[in-house]
Amino acid sequence: MLGGVLIVNTESVAVAEMGTPAPGLLESSRRLVYRHTLPIRIMHWINVIALSLMLFSGLQIFNAHPSLYWGNRSDKGKELLILGAHQDSAGNLVGTTRIGSHEFTTTGVLGVSKGSDGTPEVRGFPSWLTVPGPGWLAMGRRWHFFFAWVFVLNGLCYVGYSLARRHLQRDLWPTRRDWRGIGHSILDHIRFKHPHGEEALRYNILQRLAYLTVIFVFGVGIVLMGLAMSPRMDAVLSPLVEAVGGRQSARTIHFVIAWAFVAFVLIHVFEVLISGVFNQLRGMITGYYKVDTGKVDTVKPDETISAEERSHD
Amino acid sequence: MTDRRSFLRIAIMGTASLIVAGCDRISQSSWGPKVLDKAEGLNRRVQALLSPSSAMAKEYTEADISSVFHPNGTTMPNTPAYQALMANQFRDYKLRVDGMVSRPAMLSIDDLKKIDTRTQITRHDCVEGWSAIGKWQGTLLSAVLDHVGADPQARFVVFHCFDDMDVNTPYYESVDIGEARHPQTLLAFALNDKPLPVPNGAPLRLRVGRQLGYKQAKYVSRIEVVKSFDAIGGGKGGYWEDQGYEWYAGI
Repeated sequence: MLGGVLIVNTESVAVAEMGTPAPGLLESSRRLVYRHTLPIRIMHWINVIALSLMLFSGLQIFNAHPSLYWGNRSDKGKELLILGAHQDSAGNLVGTTRIGSHEFTTTGVLGVSKGSDGTPEVRGFPSWLTVPGPGWLAMGRRWHFFFAWVFVLNGLCYVGYSLARRHLQRDLWPTRRDWRGIGHSILDHIRFKHPHGEEALRYNILQRLAYLTVIFVFGVGIVLMGLAMSPRMDAVLSPLVEAVGGRQSARTIHFVIAWAFVAFVLIHVFEVLISGVFNQLRGMITGYYKVDTGKVDTVKPDETISAEERSHD
Repeated sequence: MTDRRSFLRIAIMGTASLIVAGCDRISQSSWGPKVLDKAEGLNRRVQALLSPSSAMAKEYTEADISSVFHPNGTTMPNTPAYQALMANQFRDYKLRVDGMVSRPAMLSIDDLKKIDTRTQITRHDCVEGWSAIGKWQGTLLSAVLDHVGADPQARFVVFHCFDDMDVNTPYYESVDIGEARHPQTLLAFALNDKPLPVPNGAPLRLRVGRQLGYKQAKYVSRIEVVKSFDAIGGGKGGYWEDQGYEWYAGI
């Protein structure tokens, strides 16, 4: 009984954390919950635009020298990655991707791909992934450094707002209960099982860790590594530059984090697709998210135990 | 499975292509670049705030020097004036310093060596993304400015070069007085203890420690101290600036 009471408590807290029930929208088994506040929704979509344009313009900049190194120098023969090109015996352009000492033929996508006029040309990433489409470093830099401001200011607003509204502390910072449920949560994710009812309103441990990593490791890291590539900033940031191995290391880390962001977005979009795409999109556009209530199976037997344990917290 | 995969591929490529095409229209519009350019002034001001004008670029050790200092851009100026100087190992070379100065001068490399010189091992960062480290020996630009009596009202120092980028379009660059008077800003005549090689800008090139490679004008023939560079070249303060690159090359 004690456990049951606690579950009710935690659930009501969960609702208050993520949003409050919309008045007049209560139904017997389903209700709409105001889940994402307007500032969060606006900042989310600004971030979608900023991140996409940072990626596309970043790949344009990368194409100016499509190789990566470690340390402070770009020594020939010491590349970690090269998107290269050569001609075969018939005179056709062949695109190659070399990672360390392993070389792959990647004609059509990496190294050599069709330019805006449809003929194959030597370019690291293909024109459908770069802003601008054709090779145009100066314009790519303008896009990149403009949206860098959008990305950074939007990110600062998000962190400031989330701290002030305790969104970060309550919804993202893992609780002891979250940590205990990590095995369960991993299994659920592997089986593509998603929580229903009130439980769907709170972020699970993997979501919390993913969001915290993306914001504070990827987000902060990519900005710092970007700044570490700026020669003027290096006059004051050289301890950071040397700590990561050098300016070329910073460039490599910047590139790797960019693709880690892409990996996160792909997983994020995949999870949205399989957990009710219309409901999730409505949640992030209008703020309202539909949950099933009154279903018996929302409280699983093992959660009663974890709730009992929680009473010691 | 293949259907789903090709659908996904088409969906991703299609969406990306649409965004890229939209951005290309903005890049080619008259208003788009102007909006994007707003960030440049902000970058310059914020970076000056975070990294003060006195901040020094990191100096490296002999062990850090690149075995090959990759020459970029022009590696052999083909103008007759340059070819004639090169034929004589630059013995007749004289740097002209004029503009807003009280004592215009023609300075040989030997004259420059008699003014305050400095040796430093610094990193060169190209706008393309690569870096190289070299040991530079040269005359402090601030000492040269004092030598010719630069007008305190002057705002920029313009570097005119021997190499033509197009027909009658010589390379040129400019820095503001603050950067020109920075203790790491040199007119370099030696790279790695040897006279500056032709591909790296012989006989004299600019070295600014905290800006990108395209600022480091090679084959400098004349230094002009000015209030404004509006009337020089395309008016943007440098050859690459006239092609759309930022005048502020601190990023």
